[in-house]
Amino acid sequence: MRVRLLYFGVLKELIGVSEETVELPEGTMVGELLHILRGRTSNPSMSNGTDEGLWRSLAVAVNRAYGSSEVVLHQDDEVALLPPVSGGYYAYSECGE
Amino acid sequence: MRSEIGRIEIVDTAIAVEAIVAELKAGADGAVCVFDGIVRDNTRGRRTLYLDYEAYREMALEQMRGLTAEAVARFGVRDVAMVHRLGRLMVGETSVLIVVASAHRAAAFDACRWLIDSLKKTVPIWKKETFADGSVWAAGEPFPEQIAVHPRGEAE
Repeated sequence: MRVRLLYFGVLKELIGVSEETVELPEGTMVGELLHILRGRTSNPSMSNGTDEGLWRSLAVAVNRAYGSSEVVLHQDDEVALLPPVSGGYYAYSECGE
Repeated sequence: MRSEIGRIEIVDTAIAVEAIVAELKAGADGAVCVFDGIVRDNTRGRRTLYLDYEAYREMALEQMRGLTAEAVARFGVRDVAMVHRLGRLMVGETSVLIVVASAHRAAAFDACRWLIDSLKKTVPIWKKETFADGSVWAAGEPFPEQIAVHPRGEAE
């Protein structure tokens, strides 16, 4: 099945695109999708400690509603990976320096 | 006169603070509480040049509508305006405006505080802060436990 992925904020910059469509096995759950995406990012800059922290602090929205790792995905779902929102006390990644 | 409760907007240009506050007031109100969130000139002493805000716009609007309805139900306030601006904002500009109108001040203060705190935790809007010497995506508090997810097979 096909699902549409959306990336925001620091995650968009780390992955390098704001959205993409991926092919997944029927019945894939949100937690499994995250595991797949994380394994796929072989970029060394994504495996340092701060980005590990980012992967552990994401929220996921399925069709614009927050969903747990147990939510089962369906064909044509819109799945958004959301870094913590803009409270602003510390930073995940420095860029532009 | 608006019949619908809650003026919820995400905009790409300057927020007309005074006009929005004036428009929300009605005869039944004894208090209007305004939170005007503006761009600060530094973060922990590092000089800020500007902020870039981005949102998952459709979901952010839905979340803001939900928070507004909950504030009206929980605190018994009469009406709410919640407006967030996206794009590049300079020091001193308004990024978010929350206006709560109520018969009594206590409910207006409580609802206003609850709305901005909730917005910062759950509404999908992010900011990138640019300093004289580099930029960072600001990362707020972790998501509330009922929202956070973890890759499968991870210790939680």
